[in-house]
Amino acid sequence: MQRKRWRLAPTVLIAAGSLVLAGCGGESKPRSTGTTGAAASKVEVFSWWTGGGEAKGLDAMVADFKKKHANIEFVNAAVAGGSGTNAKAVLASRLQAQQPPDSFQGHAGAELQDYIKAGQLEELDSFYDQNQLRSVFPQQLVDQITFEGHVYSVPVNIHRSNVLWYSPQVLKEAGISAPPATIDEFIADLQQVKQKTKKIPLSLGAQWTADHLWESVMLASLGVDGYNALWKSGADWGGQNVTTALQKFAEILKYTNTEAASTDWQLAAKDVVDGKAAFNIMGDWAAGYFKELGKQPETDYKWAASPGTDGVYMWLSDSFTLPKGAKHRDAAVEWLKECASKEGQDLFNPQKGSIPARKDADTSLYKDYLAWALEQWKTNKLAGSMWHGVTANNQWHTDIDTAVGLFLRSKDVGKFQKALVDAAENDAG
Amino acid sequence: MPDSHKVTTGGRRREAAPAAPAGPPKRRRRRRRVRHWLPGLVLLAPSIVAIGVFVYGLIGWNIRLALSSKTTDIAPARFVGLRNFTRLWSEERWILSVQHALLFTVVFVAGALLLGWLLALLLDKGIRGEGGFRAVYLFPMAISFIATGIVWRWLMNPAPAERAVGLNALFHKLGLGFLANDWWQNEHWGMAAMAIPAVWQMAGYVMALFLAGFRGVPEDLREAARVDGASELQVYRYVVFPHLRPITLAALIILGHISLKVFDLIVAMSGKQIITDVPAVYMWQMVFDAHNPAKGATIATYMLLAVAVLIVPYLIWTVRSERRG
Repeated sequence: MQRKRWRLAPTVLIAAGSLVLAGCGGESKPRSTGTTGAAASKVEVFSWWTGGGEAKGLDAMVADFKKKHANIEFVNAAVAGGSGTNAKAVLASRLQAQQPPDSFQGHAGAELQDYIKAGQLEELDSFYDQNQLRSVFPQQLVDQITFEGHVYSVPVNIHRSNVLWYSPQVLKEAGISAPPATIDEFIADLQQVKQKTKKIPLSLGAQWTADHLWESVMLASLGVDGYNALWKSGADWGGQNVTTALQKFAEILKYTNTEAASTDWQLAAKDVVDGKAAFNIMGDWAAGYFKELGKQPETDYKWAASPGTDGVYMWLSDSFTLPKGAKHRDAAVEWLKECASKEGQDLFNPQKGSIPARKDADTSLYKDYLAWALEQWKTNKLAGSMWHGVTANNQWHTDIDTAVGLFLRSKDVGKFQKALVDAAENDAG
Repeated sequence: MPDSHKVTTGGRRREAAPAAPAGPPKRRRRRRRVRHWLPGLVLLAPSIVAIGVFVYGLIGWNIRLALSSKTTDIAPARFVGLRNFTRLWSEERWILSVQHALLFTVVFVAGALLLGWLLALLLDKGIRGEGGFRAVYLFPMAISFIATGIVWRWLMNPAPAERAVGLNALFHKLGLGFLANDWWQNEHWGMAAMAIPAVWQMAGYVMALFLAGFRGVPEDLREAARVDGASELQVYRYVVFPHLRPITLAALIILGHISLKVFDLIVAMSGKQIITDVPAVYMWQMVFDAHNPAKGATIATYMLLAVAVLIVPYLIWTVRSERRG
């Protein structure tokens, strides 16, 4: 009986197999609500802030917006997914279909270049003038987000990329009294941790965290002017100064954890607060994560500018834009005013764990790490983060990521530099 | 169903229209022939059109894009011949991703076939609670590659002994520390380790295919062989296994094309990292991260070709054997 029943099975199974394959292409839809309806009474805002502090911050800002504009309905078209990977794909298809949201989130800087070149964004020069934004944001920030003479987005917050997080316990165990101030001291400290303890000298996560580490090392080794010059068209990537920086990067990588590729930034950062690793270089969202874990600053972890970058704020920023053809343009402009306002930024940032881009923030709202960051923001020189979308356009960004990934395998500095030179030649500008 | 009903009546009306009360016999015969094939065609038309547009039309569109100069979202799509196709081969990353896909395919297909075949053979030999075993082996197939990837990412974590988790921790605890290894983070053989979860997931399916194949061999044939004095081994060698050829081929095709297109498992295990780069991940990054449509389309075309190389001969073979049968 059983045997007979199984005779039909091959056909069924093969058919089932093809169904499984066909089913693999599922796609998630945005959580957006329809945009049809009465004009001007509505604003659809697209972001990837769907959880944690960032969603809370967005909610606080939205509540304030509603108080000021009772007649405008706020439609939250957020798409979940870390650092906007899914959101950007959804956004791309909406822009292509010429169904843009009224305003969308994007990293300020060169990451927006593809949208700008495709004529999908309105320039905001007059918006900046009308709202005196050129004087409330640091001059260097406005310069660094200006593309061919125009600004295209309103920065809501500022994150810092070049932060060294360290475990006071592990440093004590290794006999290190102060965090390293230069790259060479850093390498010596890593060596010391390796010899004297069984801890991870520098914890690292998946490939993109190596990109993140790379930009801090480049900044330290080249200095702020040298680093900023790299991103101008026609910059010299083939010089000895870049070679030296890459050699230092290679040296630092020797002290990272073997399982790096199997983890991500959270676990790598957690190794520090759990006393399993001495150092970690990660953006300041790590401070928010440590808070969530219930860890105490000063006792469980401490921070400093990443080695060799004291006095330089390597920044990245979430910003909002005004797409061409926005259905509710006037309401979108009101939203951008909210994003640029002191109240809006002071409501959003303490929740999100970042600082306002404005220089006149209410300092009493920012504690611990954020108090330090705010202080630094006012005095530091600025450098844009490559990995987080400020200095390199999308194609360049991907090519650098590929070069770093191949380097992690080959450890060949010469080939790495050649790839970087090629990337700058092909993609800059 | 009301829709298709409407379509058929519509079709009938159309064929009836040109025919006046009584035409010459030739016309009537033609009308009868039309009546024979037209309703079928009308019924099938929506799916033919849909497949034409959404499968073949889009394949054509993709190939056109791959042959164009549209390397950014706004670049004009001028025809550039095979430039994108040849350029790819001068890239270290592309060659690496192809090597990765091939290594993965070899280990995955061979592993799943062998394991599936072995499990089916054991079940065929008669075992108590066969249904239970069958279900247990088939279960992994019900899990998505994403879930498999996340679990195996933890199982195959290569951390050293003091921080070991997953399989490496198990090996250390059992005193088999020498078995602990880098798994998929190994520079050269990593993709072979990456194939292990895929084998785990698909071996049950292959087992079911083979089991059906074993059961498809008529008992009379086995009996006849035994009567002729064949040993059990010989029964399998000369009677059962030859019957399994079509099944093996089908399994090979199904596994092969899953493997050449593998994407979800890799993304769940490792994300976008060069160390496990495969063409599908590369394609995705080119389209959505780098905003380079032409390059993405080129990689997609290569993947389609790779699968076609596998599937087209199989289709030809099936059509031929059906005709023969």
